[in-house]
Amino acid sequence: MVRGAREVTPYLRIAHLTKQFGAFTALDDISLEIHEGEFVCFLGPSGCGKTTLLRAIAGLDIQTSGRVEQAGRDISALPPTKRDFGIVFQSYALFPNLTVAKNVAYGLENARAKRAQVAARVRELLDMIGMGDQGDKYPAQLSGGQQQRVALARALATSPGLLLLDEPLSALDAKVRVYLRHEVKQLQRRLGVTTVMVTHDQEEALTMADRIVVMNHGVIEQIGAPLEIYREPASPFVADFIGLMNFVAGTMVRDGTVRLGQVELACEADGFAPGTAVTLAIRPEDIVVQDVRGGEPNTVEARVEAMIFLGSFFRADLAGPALGAATLRADISVDLVRRRGIAENHALAFRLPQERIRIYPGSPVHR
Amino acid sequence: MRALMGVIGLYLAVALALPLGIMLAKSFEGSGDHWVGTANYVQYFSTPALFQSIGNSLRVSILSTVITVPLAFVYAYALTRSCMPLRGLFKTIALVPILVPSLLPGLALVYLFGNQGLIKGLLLGHNIYGPIGIVMAEVFSTFPHAMLIIVTALALADARLYEAAVALRATRSRIFRSVTLPGARYGLISATFVVFTAVITDFGAPKVIGGQYNVLATDVYKQVIGQQNFQMGAVVSMILLVPAAFAFFVDRVARRRQVALLSTRAVPYEVRPQRGFDRAMLAYCLMISVFLLGIVAVSQYAALVKFFPYNLSFTLAHYDFDRKGGGGWGSYYNSIRLALLTAIVGTIVVFVGAYLAEKGRGFAAGRTVFQFLAMLPMAVPGLVLGLAYIFFFNHPANPLNGLYRTMTILVVNTVVHFYTVGHLAATTALKQMDPEFETVSASLKQPFYKTFWRVTVPVCLPATLDIGIYLFVNAMTTVSAVVFLYGPQTELASISVLNMDDTGEIASAAAMAMMIFYTNVGARALHAGLARCLERRTQAWRRRGS
Repeated sequence: MVRGAREVTPYLRIAHLTKQFGAFTALDDISLEIHEGEFVCFLGPSGCGKTTLLRAIAGLDIQTSGRVEQAGRDISALPPTKRDFGIVFQSYALFPNLTVAKNVAYGLENARAKRAQVAARVRELLDMIGMGDQGDKYPAQLSGGQQQRVALARALATSPGLLLLDEPLSALDAKVRVYLRHEVKQLQRRLGVTTVMVTHDQEEALTMADRIVVMNHGVIEQIGAPLEIYREPASPFVADFIGLMNFVAGTMVRDGTVRLGQVELACEADGFAPGTAVTLAIRPEDIVVQDVRGGEPNTVEARVEAMIFLGSFFRADLAGPALGAATLRADISVDLVRRRGIAENHALAFRLPQERIRIYPGSPVHR
Repeated sequence: MRALMGVIGLYLAVALALPLGIMLAKSFEGSGDHWVGTANYVQYFSTPALFQSIGNSLRVSILSTVITVPLAFVYAYALTRSCMPLRGLFKTIALVPILVPSLLPGLALVYLFGNQGLIKGLLLGHNIYGPIGIVMAEVFSTFPHAMLIIVTALALADARLYEAAVALRATRSRIFRSVTLPGARYGLISATFVVFTAVITDFGAPKVIGGQYNVLATDVYKQVIGQQNFQMGAVVSMILLVPAAFAFFVDRVARRRQVALLSTRAVPYEVRPQRGFDRAMLAYCLMISVFLLGIVAVSQYAALVKFFPYNLSFTLAHYDFDRKGGGGWGSYYNSIRLALLTAIVGTIVVFVGAYLAEKGRGFAAGRTVFQFLAMLPMAVPGLVLGLAYIFFFNHPANPLNGLYRTMTILVVNTVVHFYTVGHLAATTALKQMDPEFETVSASLKQPFYKTFWRVTVPVCLPATLDIGIYLFVNAMTTVSAVVFLYGPQTELASISVLNMDDTGEIASAAAMAMMIFYTNVGARALHAGLARCLERRTQAWRRRGS
């Protein structure tokens, strides 16, 4: 569905969007296209501009310059009431003095709407969120998760072309959050509504989004599918923000070879002059400990400095003369630790797979 | 939205900013409306009979403040930090002075300590007419205001600080000095300036019990009503404006700091019974209550005896206001009309204004000006506002000239006079609402007025009721601004108290003052009933999470 849509004009097009608050630049020349039916997450630390971008799309904070097009229509200067979107906030923003049913009906009631039609639509929406029997309750009588589902139903009541979610799950308990992630995603897929969600939670973005827009300091760092972002982070920022990453200092030997401590490692990087200082990055789970035989390329001998038990796996700090001053963290399964008898201060051989090593220009910044 | 805000902004400009501006200009004009520069001010400061009032005003204001604030602090401390019985009742008793005009304590003091007073001997030969009487009356009038502010400050205590102090083995007195007092310090500063301002701008007490002791507030009245010297009245008003405005700004800063003092993680302090301390506090509160209720009771007693102190038999003759000259019973009904109109019109204007200033988007400059205009009335003494109205509305060239001495101008003036407190209450209530309600409505294509009517108003109903009762009670008791604005058809109860006192009908003045008191008690009771009824009807949705 998403693939097919790529060829036609995008549903939402943002071009050269800039937003300034006094001297502070919240958004710096943002350009982005979102396709019909797509679920896109704006992901980044607080203050990165993701919420500002969402509010610009909604018309709540009009941009300083730039253009927003929705369904081929220029909406850059339109007020929120003239745009076509539904919105859900972290705070739910349910009207406390109206019942669940009245909240959901809020956008449906106007001079032309027939009562029976409105009632039927409300029933349909409440059934959709699995709260068909709770229409007469007030928001204060519901749990946080239920309130957020009502807010979602209210936003979807008028069948908007675009659904905006501003950190919708951040105020909920961990378990409810995981459950609702799944439910929201299912609902979105069923309705096919184009959705933009703002979040600072990488796990949320990875599990829910078709594409993730990683933002930092008002600019887009990377746009891509979750796996792409995770596997091939375009910058150290993205690599560090999403998942866990080892960053160690290295030196380029020639194209395709990098030196780490005393070992030379094959990697997939070229274009760097020999002798250039680079940052070598690899995720802890990509370090291979199992079935390592000596003499294989990219194999390193080191020592287990420390081990922490994290439930389903151990995280080991690996260091040794071969690595120079660097320490690498590797994730080792509980089963493997038991079978191989891996323990602190034991020697350990491991492999850094060539295709998993990422090279970034410059020395690692201490984080 | 902008248009509506323009209307309310225009109202504040016409009913507040323009009159004050014209009065400032008047203070630089001679009797023929021509510019005389600072001549009026020079004349003021070279006439000892006039500028002595500055010293007198400062003296009674400082003295009243120094007495009231500590008295109110101990009372508030007893209410919040002791386990004495009847704390709710004592708090209600302390609020009684709010319900009476500031003329009433003066009248009562005449009966207690006047030339034929009941307990005149306690003054040891001193005369009640003068600073002693003024200070006693002001302590009575300002006590509830100081008490309320300090109660709020003390209620914000963080139990963790006390637990830490106890764990560090601090003594009780050291905890009081190092935790309690610093925690309440902004409340104390605020109370100090509120009391000071209230006293220096009050006109009722010095008028009734001040005798020959002139203060700024009575000078304004005498210059304008007595000598028809409007220019000099304007000069005294400008001088009166200085301490009031200064105190206002200090108070604003203090209040802002007080709010910042309490972190959201604070653990509320829980009071534990201590027999000796609780008993001492109970005795203290009883004493204060006897003073507060005594003043009111004496006033009622005076209104019911035939001819004090010679014939103490019971009579209702003093209530026959129609035969006492002045506005008679009509003035009482006028007051009710004014209070109702002020409460209804004022609540709507204040609430809608606060809503537009708080929830409006864009138009930031306009909203800032509006906020300033809404805060300004607090800094302007009633007498000054009233005199400013004479200059503005009584000017022959003003198209609104016809309003002078009508009920309309009294309502317009009273709403502006008490605008700020209502505005702050409405703003607080609006700030507690989710800021995204308006956004959600916009995304659902609903006009802002629908959300206002269906969500904002119902959720803020308790706050609007509070604003309404506040305006009602103050409209019943106010004297200062309206004393320059009423006409023969629009005399008010509080003004008729003043006029009957002037003509020596003190018993009738006391009777009318008590009518105001009972009316306010009734209104407060009605308000409490309404609020409770509302709470019951809305408890389903006001209840916090299940």
